Formats: sequence, C-alpha cells, structure tokens
Amino acid sequence: MKIAVCIKRTPDSESRFKVAASAAGIDETGLKFDLDDFASYAVEAALQINEKGGGGETVVYAVGPDSVQESLRKAMSMGADRAVQLKADPVADGIAVARALAAELKSGGYDLVLFGKHSFDNSAGVVGTATAELLGLPCVTAASELNVSAGKGTARRELEGAAELVEFPLPAVVTIDEGVARPRYPSLKGIMAAKKKPLESKPAQLGAVRVTIARMELPPERPAGRILGEGTAAIPELVRLLQNEAKVL
Amino acid sequence: MLDFYHIDSVLSEEERAVRDSVRRFVDERVLPLIGDAYVQGRFPKELIPEMGELGVFGANLPEKYGCAGLNNVQYGLIMQELERGDSGVRSFASVQGALAMYPIYAFGSEEQKQKYLPKMATGEIIGCFGLTEPDYGSNPSGMITMAKEQPDGSWILNGAKMWITNGSTAHIAVVWAKTNGDPSDKSIRGFVVPTDSKGFTAKDQKGKLSLRASDTSELVFQDVHLPKDAILPSSAGLKSPLMCLTQARYGISWGAMGAAMACFEEASSYAQQRVMFDKPIGGFQIQQVRLADMLTEIVKAQLVCLHLGRLKDAGTMTPQQVSLAKRNNVSMATDIAREARRLLGANGILAEYSAMRHMANLESVYTYEGTHDVHALILGQAITGMNAFK
Repeated sequence: MKIAVCIKRTPDSESRFKVAASAAGIDETGLKFDLDDFASYAVEAALQINEKGGGGETVVYAVGPDSVQESLRKAMSMGADRAVQLKADPVADGIAVARALAAELKSGGYDLVLFGKHSFDNSAGVVGTATAELLGLPCVTAASELNVSAGKGTARRELEGAAELVEFPLPAVVTIDEGVARPRYPSLKGIMAAKKKPLESKPAQLGAVRVTIARMELPPERPAGRILGEGTAAIPELVRLLQNEAKVL
Repeated sequence: MLDFYHIDSVLSEEERAVRDSVRRFVDERVLPLIGDAYVQGRFPKELIPEMGELGVFGANLPEKYGCAGLNNVQYGLIMQELERGDSGVRSFASVQGALAMYPIYAFGSEEQKQKYLPKMATGEIIGCFGLTEPDYGSNPSGMITMAKEQPDGSWILNGAKMWITNGSTAHIAVVWAKTNGDPSDKSIRGFVVPTDSKGFTAKDQKGKLSLRASDTSELVFQDVHLPKDAILPSSAGLKSPLMCLTQARYGISWGAMGAAMACFEEASSYAQQRVMFDKPIGGFQIQQVRLADMLTEIVKAQLVCLHLGRLKDAGTMTPQQVSLAKRNNVSMATDIAREARRLLGANGILAEYSAMRHMANLESVYTYEGTHDVHALILGQAITGMNAFK
C-alpha cells in the first residue's frame, strides 16, 4: 500500500518556553525539537500497515525550513522509505500548509494519507482535514485504531464515554490519535540507514498566507498560596476570604 | 539532562539521534523495572532481545558483521544512556561489545567473526570475558590459567577466573590463558570457550552490595577440551586483553557520566520540590552549592569524553588518555551519587530513588577495569616515565 505521512517538527513538550523578543512566537534558543508525538503515531501506524501487508511504500512529507529534515530522517530511521521536504519558512496558516501538501500529494497515487490529529505546539488540527478537502478525499479525524484492506478502511474514534467505528473507502485521509500504535525506537542501524535514504527538497506552493500570529503571551504567574493558620481556628478567616475575596461561596 | 554547555550543538544529528533513541529505551524499559531488579539481585534478562534489536551490542563494530557501524562518540553516548539507567545494564553491554565481541573482531579469524558476531549483535549469543583471577586482579600478567596444545592442535584448558560479568548467562567466554607451560605474559592467548564445554563451570558470586542488577561469576576450567579453532589466532601476549580493556574503559568513562547525570537530575528535581522550613530546599545555599558542584563536574566530564571520542575516531587516542577519563569520571560520578543521596535526605536510601543504587554501583565501577589507583599509576608513568608497578 502506498502511504503518505505528513509530519511536523515541534519542541519537546517538557521544555521551558519563553516568548521570543518579537512576541510573535517562542524563543527557540536551547530548545530541543523532535518529530511531533501525534505525527510519530501516524508514522508507526503507516509502518505497521505496510509490514502487515508485506510491502508497499511509506513516504513522509513535511512543510518547513531545512530543520524539518531532521524529523524526516527520524521517520526514515523508524522505517519510512523516503522523504520529501516542501521548503518554506514557518507559517501559522494551516490552510496554506494544506495547499502545499495537496499540490504535492495529488499526483502521488497514495492509498492513504496520514497526519497526527493535531500538533503539540499550536494544536490547530487544520492541516489534515483541509488537505482532505483539497484532495477531495474522505477524512476521518483522531483515529485511535486503523485497519485497511481491499480498498476500504475502518477506524475507531474515542468519544466522551463512548467510541465510534467508522468505515470509509480508500484513498482517504486519516488523522491519528494516540493509542493507534506505540511508536518504535529508531534502531541504531535504522538511524545509520536513514542517512542513505532519499530525501527530496522542493519549494512549497503555499499560496496566500492569510493567518499570522499577532502576539503570543504566557499565562499570568499565579500568586503564591497563603497559609491562614492551623486547625479549626483558621476556618472563619478562610470562609471570609472565600466569600469576600475569591467570591466563590 | 540540562545541557548547560550546549554540547548538543557540537554533536551531529546522527549522534543525537542515537542518544535519544537509547534514552527513550532506558526511560521506558529500564527505569520502570531496575529498582526492583536491583533489590532482587537479578540482571533483567528480559531486556536482552530488545537491546539487541535496538543495536547497542558492539554498536561501533562494522555493519558487515551485523553491527550498527557507529562512530565512537555515538558508542559513548549509548553507554552514557544505559548507565543513566543502571551500571549493571551498561556493564552487560560493555562486556558483550567491548570485551567479548571486540576481541573476536580484533583477534579472531574471519570464520570466527562470521560465526559469532552477528548473533552477538542481536543478543542471541551472550559473551563474557575471563581475565581476572582470584589472586590476580590488578596484575593480570601473573595469571595461572593455562592452555596446553595437544598433538592434534586442540587445547586443554585449566584454571579459574573471578569477577566475571555475565559469567553465568554467557554462551561463550573469551578466556585469556598462558600457553604451553610458559609463565611469561607473552604466552597469553585468547580462546573462545563455549560455556557448555565439559569441565566448564560458572557459579554466581553471592552477597554483592553493589552491581546487584548484574550477574558476576566465578569460572572454573577443569581439563576443558577445546578444538583447535577455539584460539583467537591474532591474539599475542598480555597486550591483547589490555587492548580490550581500553575499549571497555572508554565506554565506562561515558557510562559513569550517565550515572552522574541521573543523580544530578534526581537531586535537582527533588531540591525544587521538597519543602522544608517553608520553602523548597533548592532555595537554600547548601543545596545550591551541592547542585553547582555536581553540574560543574558533569560538564567537565562531558567535555573530556567528547574530546576523547573525537580522538578515538581520529585514531589517535592513547590508553593513557582513557585512564585519565575513566579515573576522573568514575570518581566524580561516585562523589555526585553520594552528594545526591545526601541531598535526598531519608528518601535517598530508598530503591524508589536512584541515587543510592548508583552510589553503590559506582563503587564497583571505581574498582573494576583498572582501579582508580592503578589508573593513577598509569598516568604517573606517562608523566614521569617511571614505572611504579614494580
């Protein structure tokens, strides 16, 4: 099966973030970046489908500056066959990113196009669904299980207190939630082999970029807690403050 | 780990990728089980196939023998990450790669390499290294284990080895023995001894208070009959096992840093959370000095290791340089583990935290692969030209 996986490179979720001097993004100094968590689930899902089917091709795509090549190579070190970088400066407009991907994917002959359900950094969740629309393909979002065979697919979606099982014809676009498969560790041989796999780089056709980040701000610092006293003696003061200051009683 | 000196910026993408992959393996597979394994006094054998699949065994040996073909900085980073988990886990990989696979690679015939190395890389065949004897530790040239060549070219091996990591788990032992009654250390040769050979016994050494998540054994050879192709044909004299030790000590220099990093991270995180006298203990000067000293020593050790790795890749590294790194890094890691244990207060004695486990482990690492003191003498000789061993 020919599968495209569109990935994103995002900062490590355990990083301490600072707003950049421009105020329109984060300060990337000293930050560690990696293949986005949901994208790595998508890569793993693609690899497992092709391993089970005993063949096929898994191609990874990313839109972004040259730094995305590291994440593309990571996907190849996990087992993807080749990679394509659609070169562009970082943009906040998911529709523009989808346009660039759709332009590239439309003649690719893919049976399945996978995305992470959203990215860790801005959680917009736009690119997968918008790409499906631009390609005119059925789209399933946030799949926690995915099976494909004989020209059709089934997926499970976790809902609040329930689950939904959906069926769809291939080709299709599916965005992947955690739970679909645990991403493998790139083996050390895989890391060395990834250097030799093809990575093509070409300009991204973003079109008009209409959404930009005007300003980014961190939540205000929470004031320190106050200790009012000990035992029952502190209760009247606590109640008074909850009524008059916090106004929650 | 806090990358205070931005050392990541001088690592290549592949070097970081290898480090990160092994780091994730250790976080997800080693750390959840290692405290219990340590208390139970068992090496977690269930990790062997996964470590093989990941490719950590003999990772710096060539791809044509089923290995990953990594450079020596990548190899060092693997050791660092494994020992961030536990010295016993790193020791397992060190022994398998640097002490069992390396001598077969360096001194073995092409047939021996083809026969053993690919299966050792996957962990299907486990190896151990027999050099130290009950009465000959820091002076291996005095060894009494002896192999006698028979008229048909086969060998009969007699003797005993002690403190052998993986000894009872191994399928093969790389045993160093004097040959044909010659007491000189020039007669020392290496032999690949299948551990199911008649007359071979391995008994675990019990009662260890250090490296508890590692098998340490005594090997006894009583008239062990070895075929003529058991000898490592290019091994020649004591220099051959010492070359293996240089490989292993190189890895230990990196490994100790991993243990130190684990202790620093644990202490730093604990200091920021543990409240005493109404504020986190990290806000008190005495703990800040502890943490500052730890970080300083780790950064220095990182720079030593990285440069040593670059020298090794360039082919210019000397055994004396390795002695400096092993001696410094293990000693600093031992100190850091102890200080971390103290910073953690009473919690520091629990297996739930890692500091005391690392502290106890590092006492073995301090002593094995050339004791701290012996490495001082190697450096002393390099400085003065005078040999203090004799």
